[in-house]
Amino acid sequence: MPELRTVPEYLDRNAETFGDAAAYREKEFGIWQEWTWSRARTEIEEMALGLIARGLEIGEHVAVIGRNRPQLYMSMVAVQCAGGIPVPLYQDAVGEEIAYVLGHCAAKFVIAGDQEQVDKVIEVRDRIEGLRHIVYLDARGMRKYDHSDMSSMEALRETGRAEPRAEMERRRAQQTGATTCVMLYTSGTTGKPKGVVLSHDNIVATSVNSAAFDDLRQSDEVLAYLPMAWVGDFIFSVGQAMVTGFTVNCPESADTVMHDLREIGPTYYFAPPRVFETQLTNVMIRMEDAGRLKKRMFDHFMAHAKHVGPRLLDGKEVGTWDRFKYRLGEVLVYGPLKNTLGLSRIRVGYTAGEAIGPELFDFYRSIGINLKQLYGQTEASVFITQQKDDEVRADTVGTPTPGVELRIAENGEVFYRSPGTFQEYFGNPESTASTKDPEGWVATGDAGFIEESTGHLRIIDRAKDVGKMADGALFAPKFVENKLKFFPEIYEAVVFGNGKERCVAFLNIDLTAVGNWAERNNIAYASYQELAQHPRVIEIMRGHVNKVNASVAEDEMLSGCQVHRFLVLHKQLDADDDEMTRTQKVKRRLIEEKYADLIAGLYGGADEVYTETEVTYEDGRKGKIRATVKLVDAEVVPVNAKPKVLEAAE
Amino acid sequence: MNAHTDSFTTDDGRTIGGTVLDLRNITLRFGGVEAIKNISFDIREGEIRAIIGPNGAGKSSMLNVISGFYVPQEGEVWFRGEKRPQMRPYQVAQQGVARTFQNIALFEGMSVLDNVMCGRLGYMSSNILTQGLWWGRAAREETENRESVERVIDFLEIQAIRKTPVGRLPYGLKKRVELARALAAEPKLLLLDEPMAGMNVEEKEDMSRFILDVNDEFGTTIALIEHDMGVVMDLSDRVVVMDYGRKIGDGTPDEVRSNQEVIDAYLGVAHD
Repeated sequence: MPELRTVPEYLDRNAETFGDAAAYREKEFGIWQEWTWSRARTEIEEMALGLIARGLEIGEHVAVIGRNRPQLYMSMVAVQCAGGIPVPLYQDAVGEEIAYVLGHCAAKFVIAGDQEQVDKVIEVRDRIEGLRHIVYLDARGMRKYDHSDMSSMEALRETGRAEPRAEMERRRAQQTGATTCVMLYTSGTTGKPKGVVLSHDNIVATSVNSAAFDDLRQSDEVLAYLPMAWVGDFIFSVGQAMVTGFTVNCPESADTVMHDLREIGPTYYFAPPRVFETQLTNVMIRMEDAGRLKKRMFDHFMAHAKHVGPRLLDGKEVGTWDRFKYRLGEVLVYGPLKNTLGLSRIRVGYTAGEAIGPELFDFYRSIGINLKQLYGQTEASVFITQQKDDEVRADTVGTPTPGVELRIAENGEVFYRSPGTFQEYFGNPESTASTKDPEGWVATGDAGFIEESTGHLRIIDRAKDVGKMADGALFAPKFVENKLKFFPEIYEAVVFGNGKERCVAFLNIDLTAVGNWAERNNIAYASYQELAQHPRVIEIMRGHVNKVNASVAEDEMLSGCQVHRFLVLHKQLDADDDEMTRTQKVKRRLIEEKYADLIAGLYGGADEVYTETEVTYEDGRKGKIRATVKLVDAEVVPVNAKPKVLEAAE
Repeated sequence: MNAHTDSFTTDDGRTIGGTVLDLRNITLRFGGVEAIKNISFDIREGEIRAIIGPNGAGKSSMLNVISGFYVPQEGEVWFRGEKRPQMRPYQVAQQGVARTFQNIALFEGMSVLDNVMCGRLGYMSSNILTQGLWWGRAAREETENRESVERVIDFLEIQAIRKTPVGRLPYGLKKRVELARALAAEPKLLLLDEPMAGMNVEEKEDMSRFILDVNDEFGTTIALIEHDMGVVMDLSDRVVVMDYGRKIGDGTPDEVRSNQEVIDAYLGVAHD
């Protein structure tokens, strides 16, 4: 067989080699509906021909926006077949963000999931030159719209069925591995998002390498529930799915993901640490309410799993009695628990995007889930480093993925070169040049180092966030924030202190965890704001900050980053307010500017500060919330008197 | 009173047809109290018709007359061109009238799915024995009707609570489940008794959207009672205003808004 180089070529192979196997599934009307590979190919070709008939030209951009649905995944491949370039967008993006991206890539077509997405596009339509046609999937509520330059997916395919194939064949024959496969906009913690251009070679090579690394097979199942605009979802649900031919399952709605996860039981699963954390929090909350026998059984066997589980997974020596007891635990506790979580069949599980707490990580590994970490970014088509099955640790991100070279610069910044390295930032040669040098090395923007003994990469923080305190000590906010966030009650943390003498922090409470605690302790509250400022909540937070300080003090390089004062924010940091990216990373500088009064208060020694904050509601309207925020002192461990023992505190 | 037989298209592209329900000189008494005094109005096919008025104006009584729960002492109810004889509420339901209630009337211990399935009762004819045994026609019927129910669940976006017992749901969602049950009956005429009472702004917006979508997608004729004037004026094609059992206004939202008697009723002018 000739070497396959593009996604559409893999589609043909899949339809011909295992045409009857499931390519996509989606739960609709309460039943899992299935697309086989051959049906998927037929529908994709109909869409592609329809797009050509509606005037799509080679190299034009087509934006795709909506929740994870098989037809949208297929439409991206259809765009490729028609010679266009798919540009998936974040479905919860508001009008302005959509206007920017559509304008920047000069999209000619938009494929939208439903009326809500169509409305957002129409709202900004006059500002986007050259947008010719909107295709929508869900016809609900669309009947009254002006259809002169709009059509349903059904109508598009109808047109495609009547269209001769010659033009599509001609366009496909021109495609090579160097043809652009997809353009993905990076979320961008600073400035406007950038369009990352990835070629078929990038996507195919990365998918082939990473699939081989974890032995992914045609029989694997994934659940596609993460944003389609995110590079990871594109690699898992399009790249690897095409290359290996596994099944991509789409949930019924955003609210049913956990339920659908249980019904599907994926064998290959990716989730950011936050999802794992939420799942664990839910388990723990339910165990609090369980009967005494169940609770004791759970505690007993979980303690055993913690001790034995990770060693078993790593293939290390474990005594016969321990092995037997672990099996018993599997029957009584771990098995049912994994089933409840929907993780019974996991062969390979990954987490990435943020540091994962060691306790959280060990919890999943101890009950026998092969959870690993990877490190990657959009510019690399995801994979830079991955953990091998028997070399899994909470504090590293593994060794380079096959085909990837790593280099650490003088200032600690991580550089890589790989077959997945992006082509360019669309329409932005300066940024391309400053990120990727002529030899192909790409700056990640992250500071880290390679452990000499193991060859594993460890990431400390974003390179630009790493700074110096006034006394010259190293300042790495994320290091401290991650330690804070490992507490289930703390949802988000932002540490400030660059160029200052001391560090201060903002905290967001986790409403699920703290709300449940409040319920059990008969604490009444009317709002997030009220609960966040409750004296007993603040006392708990103070305890956590003190513990983190003690643990930070033990790190020789970063002991200066202890949090001297902190506050619990009166609102949750939110992407709609431009405080976080759509991938839930905090935008440090913007937060610093927005809440300058609170930071001044923390450094000024005040006990409380009155503040007004503008908030954006989901429908785009703005409002103000007013609050008096309490400022709290934390205990700091004097660095010169710190204990000599460098064992991790917990 | 002459029934409408013509049809026309509204600005937003919906078709409003002839008269579906015609109420002629209805008077309803409870002992000496006259709850409804000689009221006549009609509801046209495909329209959203609101009934408004201060507390105790007789709005819910009016809805109960339409649904057959109350039998008026005087007057006639004409439904789809025929004079309706005295009927039990279930017979009215069989004619294609479904309703929701002011104070939610769901089976709290049953799942959302089972509650909505109840709306399909009129479409099933198997008996309790075959249903209990899930046998023959019962099984077939349930599968068929489940499909209609799933479409309603999808339409109202309540997939995530399909298997949740209704008793565990918050108020706003219960209201939506009640609407789902009414919709499952695929009614010709849908009666909504204060669908937005006790909801917050966001829930009201959602519910308004659903009401408009139901009317638009299925062409369902809707009669609703509502207190939120903003909602009523935005949603409805025509409004009947009641006060102390009398009809004091009838027309488009704009007409009603400028009617002096309506303004007086709402601002509270002393009655003699």
